[in-house]
Amino acid sequence: MKHVNTLDRVVIRFAGDSGDGMQLTGDRFTSDSATYGNDISTLPNFPAEIRAPAGTLPGVSSFQLHFANYDIMTPGDRPDVLVAMNPAALKANIADLPRGGVIIADSADFSKRNLAKVGYESDPLTDGSLEDYQVHALDLTGMTIEAVKRFGLTRKDASRAKNMFALGLLSWLYHRPTDGTINFLTTKFASKPDIRDANITAFKAGYAFGETTEVFAVTYEVAPAPMPPGRYRQISGNLALAYGLITAARKAGLPLFLGAYPITPASDVLHELSKHKRFGVTTFQAEDEIAGVGAALGASFAGHLGVTTTSGPGVVLKSETIGLAVATELPLIICDIQRAGPSTGMPTKTEQADLLLVMFGRNGEAPVPVLAAQSPSDCFPTALEAVRIAIKYRTPVVILSDGYIANGAEPWLIPDIESIPTIDPQFASASNGTDKAGEPVFLPYLRDPELLARPWAIPGTAGLQHRIGGIEKAKDTGAVSYDPANHEEMVRTRQAKINGIVRDIPDLVVDDPADSDGKHARVLVLGWGSTYGPIVAAVRRVRKTGRLVAYTHLRHLNPFAANLGDILRSYDRVIVPEMNTGQLALLLRAKYLVDIRSYSQVRGLPISLSELARDLEAEIDQLEGTNP
Amino acid sequence: MTAVDQLHSELDHPLTTREASNMPAPLGPDGTSYRGLAGVPLSLEPLNRKDFTSDQEVRWCPGCGDYAVLAAFQGFMPELGIKRENTVIVSGIGCSSRFPYYVDTYGMHSIHGRATAIATGVATSREDLAVFVITGDGDALSIGGNHLIHLLRRNVNLTILLFNNRIYGLTKGQYSPTSEIGKITKSTPMGSLDNPFNPISLALGAEATFVARTIDSDRKHLTSVLRAAAAHRGSSLVEIYQNCPIFNDGAFDAIKDLATSADAIIPLTHGEPIRFGVDGHLGVVRDPQTGTFSVVEVADVGADALVVHDAHLADPSFAFGLSRLTDAGILHRAPIGIFRDVDAPAYDDLARDQVALAASLGNDDDALQSVINGGDTWTVR
Repeated sequence: MKHVNTLDRVVIRFAGDSGDGMQLTGDRFTSDSATYGNDISTLPNFPAEIRAPAGTLPGVSSFQLHFANYDIMTPGDRPDVLVAMNPAALKANIADLPRGGVIIADSADFSKRNLAKVGYESDPLTDGSLEDYQVHALDLTGMTIEAVKRFGLTRKDASRAKNMFALGLLSWLYHRPTDGTINFLTTKFASKPDIRDANITAFKAGYAFGETTEVFAVTYEVAPAPMPPGRYRQISGNLALAYGLITAARKAGLPLFLGAYPITPASDVLHELSKHKRFGVTTFQAEDEIAGVGAALGASFAGHLGVTTTSGPGVVLKSETIGLAVATELPLIICDIQRAGPSTGMPTKTEQADLLLVMFGRNGEAPVPVLAAQSPSDCFPTALEAVRIAIKYRTPVVILSDGYIANGAEPWLIPDIESIPTIDPQFASASNGTDKAGEPVFLPYLRDPELLARPWAIPGTAGLQHRIGGIEKAKDTGAVSYDPANHEEMVRTRQAKINGIVRDIPDLVVDDPADSDGKHARVLVLGWGSTYGPIVAAVRRVRKTGRLVAYTHLRHLNPFAANLGDILRSYDRVIVPEMNTGQLALLLRAKYLVDIRSYSQVRGLPISLSELARDLEAEIDQLEGTNP
Repeated sequence: MTAVDQLHSELDHPLTTREASNMPAPLGPDGTSYRGLAGVPLSLEPLNRKDFTSDQEVRWCPGCGDYAVLAAFQGFMPELGIKRENTVIVSGIGCSSRFPYYVDTYGMHSIHGRATAIATGVATSREDLAVFVITGDGDALSIGGNHLIHLLRRNVNLTILLFNNRIYGLTKGQYSPTSEIGKITKSTPMGSLDNPFNPISLALGAEATFVARTIDSDRKHLTSVLRAAAAHRGSSLVEIYQNCPIFNDGAFDAIKDLATSADAIIPLTHGEPIRFGVDGHLGVVRDPQTGTFSVVEVADVGADALVVHDAHLADPSFAFGLSRLTDAGILHRAPIGIFRDVDAPAYDDLARDQVALAASLGNDDDALQSVINGGDTWTVR
């Protein structure tokens, strides 16, 4: 009987060559941990190259998983355990592992040649350079090949199952349930019985190795986290976004038309939606980004819910068409799954530097509502709300996500579809005015007096034939107009319509608990998008030190919530952490004349919670004039 | 395995073909079945050209060829017998792209080069709409070239009227992608350098299923081509030689001038030998070695040597060869008529078929809930 240690949280990083199946291994461990009831947060990190040269540093792919018995906010800055399938994986990740951390390495891959490839002069597993860590050098490949010998696979095919051996071993070490992975492998390789059996066997062999070996004196248990009652699944941001769009279209009674061009990290939304045509979803893989949004706008004109999904470089190409959607005042959803830029940047790395692009990146005065999701599962309600706004106000709406949210996963309390309110597209069905002769006419730009939205009359509706387009329209009639006064009125009306969406935005709530003396924080941390997790985690850490700090998070970036200005002005210091060089800070300063402090990290990674916590403490101390 | 995976694995072949649509199609006065309009509801009462005329004042330059095309179009549309509210005209940017404003149907005057992309969305999302794209040589072949060729290869069911005046008119007279080499314009004072596109060759290179050329001023021919386009299900590209009296006047005089047109127009009529000219003295022959077409004196080769036009050949090479008889420089001679008219599945029909087949798996709230629930769930009590 081995000793069992109880932990409240663990961060494991699986790292290997990009062909080693590390993403799959991480996904499975995540799934088993979620099913077990832990809270989870993940960070996949992989190269843009599909297969970089084997065994090299650029070819390293990793998957970090944080699981805990409480509600965690981030995938963790630093792993407690590093699983390294080759020397490159060790070298690329060792700097992140704190002293004393656990390394499980596949010694089979630590050959002279492989070591030399990444610049190791001697074998770190044996030369003593890792003596500050708990190193378990195991021949994972050799044991895997031995275990699956009876299936008669080639050595290469047999060794491919080593990731499952490693997963089996880790599953034993952390008391994970195994049924999920066995079921998964059974389904995934249903048509290849040899491969299926080899993978299952390797997985079980890894588990059994843990039980029998003397290598590990201790196993670990992380109890389930308390969560609100209900049915859960794990979900990634792109999946939640796809489900949100399908659900929203259904709630509006509209077929969904996606026009999209493949781009990292947004392609999975296209893949997912293309699987769900049964719900009236048409997916059009266009010849380019422009055609993707163009076809979507055409579909919106025809009465579908037009959607386009992309990342920053695609948004740039779509800008002119988004402007046309502003002028024609048609519903359209633009999903920008942000990635590191400029230009091609780092396609597989995260960033939130497209905020000003989606706010202002069009010619002329072309206001567009902007919403940002704060976590993977939050993409679902964000999509619902974006569609609601687009339809109600007849406007294109931008949804901002990013690579971190798109690929990261977390548990999700599955919503009850039936209980989600419907959305009424309110198609125009009759004339709404009279001409000079008193005959009934349709005025395509006659606005709802309160919402300022124009009627949406779809082709096929008798008597409402009308022409729209990018040329400035005369108010009410929609005829071409170059009249100066009309243009000014239309510019201001389009802006007022978007500003008016504030009526649908709930007041922001600030989390600012008073201390025992009834004192409140003087420092407010304000974020948007995927910085939510690191900010909340950092705030918790700061509060544990006894310092006071308030925080709030924006979903609505255009327009802002009505009470945002008052909130900003009620704190002595407002700190805005962003994965850009201060884009929201710029907007807030401009609009509210408040001396916002921008806190900026632009590394292609989520903001480091430990750095943020440390820096927040310094800010608070400086303000309070203390130096603990 | 999800129901969707099962559906995908059970299809013995990808769903990329369809049985000929048995949907009733409108019939023309001569009994032509307008298969391109199958699925579009018919008007209960007869319409006339006035019904297709909007209240907007037409504002092209006096003498512009666009007037004639508009008049021919408005005169032709009632013949189709479809409801005008089920007609959508999408245009790009350029002089001709003002066209939708003047026709009392649904319309969108969009952005430069993108009408084809936008119309793809309109046509794919709604089977019950007759969709037209109005574009020009700059709009379709320069800024929108990519969308055009992709629309044609997909064979989206709609009709493109490509007004080719071989010049940029709206921006006041720069050379266009169909201008002849050496064109002196505001932007090319020493002569343009780039080889022009032959729009028919380009469309055939993309394997467009219906490709025709007509002339703005020949209303009868233009109407006959529109009729054939309506009978075609899939993409129909109609190039219209259109005179710009301001910036490129006379570009098509050779084929418009009654004194020269007989020898300038190479008429393409399916099933007929290609013979033309005053008293039919000219004809088209094909070199059996190279497949190249050329114009000869019939007296030199004999009438039996002339090529018989076949617009229905599956391989586009024949039609492409004919398209090469068009002068790339100043226009003296060009084939006019339908180069190619073949049956092929339309992208939008197939896209709707896939949605319909998938829907047969069941698509109620429970089905959606089950998708969202996914495979691995756990319950917290």
